[in-house]
Amino acid sequence: MPADDHGRRRPRRRLRTIGSYALLTAFAIIILFPIYVTIVNSLLPPDQLVRQPPPLVPTNPQWHDYTTAWTSGGMSKYMATSAIMTAIIVIGQVVTSILAAYAFAFLRFPFKRTLFVICLATLMIPLEVTFITNLDTITSLHWFNSYAGLSIPFLATGFGIFLLRQAFLQIPRDLQEAAQLDGYGHLRFMTRVAVPLARPSLAALGVFSFLGAWNQYLWPLVSTGGTTPLDTVQIGLKELIGTQVTQIPVSLAGAVIAFVPLVILLLIFQKQLVRSLTAGAVK
Amino acid sequence: MAYLLLLPAMVIFGVFSFYPFFRNFKLMLYETPPVPGLPSRYVGLHQIIPTITSTQFTQSLVTTFVFVILVVPISLILGLALAVAAHRRLKGVGVYRMIFSSTVVSSVAVASVIFGTLLNPVVGLLPWLGINPTPPALESTTWALPAVAVITIWQFLGLSFIIMSAGLSSVPDELLEAARIDGASAWTRFWRMTVPLLSPTIFFAVIVSTIYAFQAFGAIDILIGSQNAVRLHTNVLIYNIVNTLQIENNPGAAAIMATVLFLIMLGLTILQMRLLERRVSYAR
Repeated sequence: MPADDHGRRRPRRRLRTIGSYALLTAFAIIILFPIYVTIVNSLLPPDQLVRQPPPLVPTNPQWHDYTTAWTSGGMSKYMATSAIMTAIIVIGQVVTSILAAYAFAFLRFPFKRTLFVICLATLMIPLEVTFITNLDTITSLHWFNSYAGLSIPFLATGFGIFLLRQAFLQIPRDLQEAAQLDGYGHLRFMTRVAVPLARPSLAALGVFSFLGAWNQYLWPLVSTGGTTPLDTVQIGLKELIGTQVTQIPVSLAGAVIAFVPLVILLLIFQKQLVRSLTAGAVK
Repeated sequence: MAYLLLLPAMVIFGVFSFYPFFRNFKLMLYETPPVPGLPSRYVGLHQIIPTITSTQFTQSLVTTFVFVILVVPISLILGLALAVAAHRRLKGVGVYRMIFSSTVVSSVAVASVIFGTLLNPVVGLLPWLGINPTPPALESTTWALPAVAVITIWQFLGLSFIIMSAGLSSVPDELLEAARIDGASAWTRFWRMTVPLLSPTIFFAVIVSTIYAFQAFGAIDILIGSQNAVRLHTNVLIYNIVNTLQIENNPGAAAIMATVLFLIMLGLTILQMRLLERRVSYAR
């Protein structure tokens, strides 16, 4: 390549790189701006909250709104409820999905195809249709406003069965035969070989279940009746939203508290999350 | 053995998916008595027509469609723009990708608190910017629905970005490179190559976002409430179903409306499968 051409191209390329960064940064600022303002406002005393122009940096951060949100605002209770409900749902979905996916991947039995289609068909039935009857069901089981009512309807997922079956099918047949020769029964093969090998998919399912359970809105709203000791974070935030200016920082602090576990989830499990969210898209 | 492994999942599906799904059809045939406490009365198909032709239902259907039209195109275009911007081999692009996908983990309640404050007429930026509509956005018949749409778009942006990025990464770079060497401008490459190659992803994103928008009601429940939803033209279908069941105590009407919603979503899913099938046949 001639020297002068080289010399001409370099600054242009650098300019383009700078332009790319500028664009990316602009987009990032727009997306993060609402979150940033929320954090700033949650740290402001009420008199500064209504000041014009609004302060964009908290000069004198006040943490007491976080204390208020956590204690009298009830966020500690809501977080505990959400954590317990989410844990039950995630563990339940992972376990039932492993068992069913194992059957579909490694066993032969009559009506296998039909049963698999039935599992997938559940993905087509939205909660918006089933919640009407499910409310009656949990009421007659005396599960209304209980952890059982909150979580048991979600202990199985067609998506999870589908995802793990795909992962199990990747396991070479030879491995299964070798394990059989070594005297491995199905239970041992499942726990010692299949599950460890399917770890990436299990992680994807776990993160997906966590996100879905933690952020649920409709079912926790109707199945507890609202304003009960068993409110999840999402329903609790609804109650925390203040109508007076002095209450606003408290609800903002509550929102930040509710958001933190998910940011941690995103930071640690971004890859698995993306994997599960695009599982249907790229096939 | 196999059936034993399937049992837990099947019990849950049977009790909480299929039973309620089929019982919905039965509920549609029973009318709630005007006085509470009386048993519901079998009316056959007679309450279906009055329910789906009632003004409240047709209005909520219109509201839902307007909402979907507000949310879907904008969130997809923005998601695609973000994905294209981040589809570069640059140092630190991972951080930007993380930021762009971040709203996928936001819940509707968190988003509602954030935007409820941003739109607050006393606090926040709007008064400072001189944008101070009376009545405030969330109490206005014109602006309440667009305001809720903005919240939903922001929340969906992360997923939109993730889907579009996954699609973009499957577009072969060599192809675009070859076109660049042949002198195709960035603009031409984008519209003539990237977008057509991305069309299966875009279709998928359209379906996912449409279903998402059809199901959105949390922000309306939190920021507007059942007393004002109808008056402010924000009574989307789901919210109407929830309130018909919980406030009006009318499971029959709720079941009918839920079935309409199910049929709309089913139609969308079938459409999606058709499109995916076609894509497969193109590929071969």
